[in-house]
Amino acid sequence: MSPHRPEVGEIFRRFRDRLAADGRHQPTDSTDRPTVNDHSTARATANDQSTELPAANGESTGRRGRRGGGGRRGGGEELRVPEAEFTSYYGRPILKAPVWKWDIAAYLFTGGLAAGSSLLAAGGQLTGRPALRRAGRVTALAAVSASAVFLVKDLGRPARFHHMLRVAKPTSPMSMGTWILTAYGPAAGVAAIAEAAGVLPRHGLLGMAGRALPPVGNVAGLLAAGTAPALATYTGVLLAGTAVPSWHEAYPELPVIFAGSALASGAGVGLLAAPTAQAGPARRMAVAGAALELYGTHRVETRLGLLSEPYRQGNPGWLLRASRMLTIGGVAGALLGRRSRLVSGLSGVSLLAASLATRFGIFYGGVASARDPRYTVVPQRERVDARRSGMDLPSDRAAPPAV
Amino acid sequence: MIPDPNSLYGPLDPAPDAGWSSAPPRMGFFTDTSVCIGCKACEVACKEWNGVPESGLDLLGMSYDNTGALTANSWRHVAFIEQPRPAGHRTPPFAGTPTDASVSAASAAVAAGTSKRTGTDPGVPTGTPSAAARMAGGGPVDVLGAIAADPTAANPIAADPTAAGLGSAGPQFLGMPGAQPPGRGTGEEGRTDFRWLMMSDVCKHCTHAACLDVCPTGSLFRTEFGTVVVQEDICNGCGYCISACPYGVIDQRKDDGRAWKCTLCYDRLGAGMTPACAQACPTESIQYGPLDELRERAAARVETLHERGVPEARLYGHDPNDGVGGDGAFFLLLDEPEVYGLPPDPIVTTRDLPKMWKRAGIAALAMAAATVAAFVGGSS
Repeated sequence: MSPHRPEVGEIFRRFRDRLAADGRHQPTDSTDRPTVNDHSTARATANDQSTELPAANGESTGRRGRRGGGGRRGGGEELRVPEAEFTSYYGRPILKAPVWKWDIAAYLFTGGLAAGSSLLAAGGQLTGRPALRRAGRVTALAAVSASAVFLVKDLGRPARFHHMLRVAKPTSPMSMGTWILTAYGPAAGVAAIAEAAGVLPRHGLLGMAGRALPPVGNVAGLLAAGTAPALATYTGVLLAGTAVPSWHEAYPELPVIFAGSALASGAGVGLLAAPTAQAGPARRMAVAGAALELYGTHRVETRLGLLSEPYRQGNPGWLLRASRMLTIGGVAGALLGRRSRLVSGLSGVSLLAASLATRFGIFYGGVASARDPRYTVVPQRERVDARRSGMDLPSDRAAPPAV
Repeated sequence: MIPDPNSLYGPLDPAPDAGWSSAPPRMGFFTDTSVCIGCKACEVACKEWNGVPESGLDLLGMSYDNTGALTANSWRHVAFIEQPRPAGHRTPPFAGTPTDASVSAASAAVAAGTSKRTGTDPGVPTGTPSAAARMAGGGPVDVLGAIAADPTAANPIAADPTAAGLGSAGPQFLGMPGAQPPGRGTGEEGRTDFRWLMMSDVCKHCTHAACLDVCPTGSLFRTEFGTVVVQEDICNGCGYCISACPYGVIDQRKDDGRAWKCTLCYDRLGAGMTPACAQACPTESIQYGPLDELRERAAARVETLHERGVPEARLYGHDPNDGVGGDGAFFLLLDEPEVYGLPPDPIVTTRDLPKMWKRAGIAALAMAAATVAAFVGGSS
């Protein structure tokens, strides 16, 4: 503290007296912030009028309701700064960006692919479309195995992956996901292994196994399909259950996007692998999945105000635009090329690529939002200011997303 | 046990909610930044006691803060805010001495690009140059968030008459704060106002700790003192806590892969001792004690400061009704929280968890329904 304080007190008293003489009434602020009092107003005025130094607007939180995210810089005449200006600590990010690397984005894809494939396989199993069943089961096993590799590889301590099985916590989407995968993985595996029944010899021990496998595989296939929707959508909660601004605020849409993306990728497998006569359901799945995916992606790109920005810029923006093109192309091909195996196959590839691009786009969009302090400060500052000014949010500012 | 309705959000006493039957009073930190002198004794004491590895000896070039951020290898972090603006209630500093801006906007923009090898991930990432220039220069900046192509060429503070001359006559950026007294050579007429804020940042030990809630291994747990601690023998480095923390506190060590943060010296607390940082603080800027007592003390301190003509003093993280249910480690600040690199209005991510699961459930049902329709609804 400075030894010259009495001098300041003098200035301070002078302005309090002057204000009293002016008879200006101090508007009382309804918030319970400790900083809001008459002193702050008096001092801010003192600075504006008695000195030529830039006024420390930032220190006065009383009357300067308009200050918004950006009034702290410079003098009083600079209050009308561009709206989205924000204050930061040397421009450094506030949040720690996710330490997850590309393999988690890849897992989002393979997990969804596994889920979509299992649903396709179960449908094929129940409606007598063996090509869909076989392709779906085999893809599901491959995709869920890749998922496990990606997930374990991304751990800081891969050898401790089994510590995930110590607890089951509904507050931890990752814990729930672990248990969903634990239920789904073995079922998908058994269903896929049962497809080997066709190549086993007819006699002997292997023959007996060959006769026992199909019914076991059918039960396992249905179990896998039963848990598949949870596997495809929990990842939306996984990303939204973080402080990453563009992920968290997108929580209503992320499960929708991922459900759609999973359906579309499962349909892609069906279109690739099944003859056109059996691929009808895959085509309809592609339409439904694409609709969900396009709707959800459009919502996150437009609904979140400032927090939509990371999904429209840079690599994430590019990926999501590519995904949209590929999805539209894939659906169009699936519907128009229903007689051509080649066109159907290409549509399937297009849908798979679209799903992959969606996952990477959403993943890296969120990472970008955590790396820039603007996406942390601006929405939160708006919330605080809105509370202070009695929920009177200026309309030209990005409103906090509706819940 | 029926969980408290405020288990995910709202005022709560966390230790009994976590299952402690006869918990001692909740302990915490009150960090009064108005008396912080920036000595960094807290950082050193914390490292000494907790055996925290070195976090790099690089100069960040933005201020006297060369720690940069809270990381897995820095559990206390003293922030230094150096700005050419009035120092609040004080008389202009260095009266009679020619002073100048502490750090020019141009060099701050360059310094935003510096990083350091903390041995952690994400550690101390680089910042946004234009935001840094705005922060250090105190003047307007052309485009928000746009990366200044050449901070020395397009001097963002040139438009500000009070800071003019810094860019042209200012020193070359050498990667470190100037060693000379600011303003030497420019004379008294070039004097600007100057303020220097310091704050020792630490894990907030939130009432609703997102890191703890999302931890899938149970490695993070709530102690009987209401603090949040990582069990290093359980953590498998999944990294979920790192992106869940609304304050950007917890971080991962690259060499061992696990997440680390302040334990509020759990080992010392159990023995009735004061945490190392509070013990070492020479000005009692860091105060340790039962949280209720600290909150009362803090309220009284704010009142005193207001009476003495420091209207900008305010508390941060003290309110049990805020987005994280109140912090176990709260602060007295002299400006808005974001100036210190703190989020202005953090909200625990798990507040929305029930709604998230509901959304996921609806999406899952839609997915199942779409599949059924796809197989039942057509002819081919």
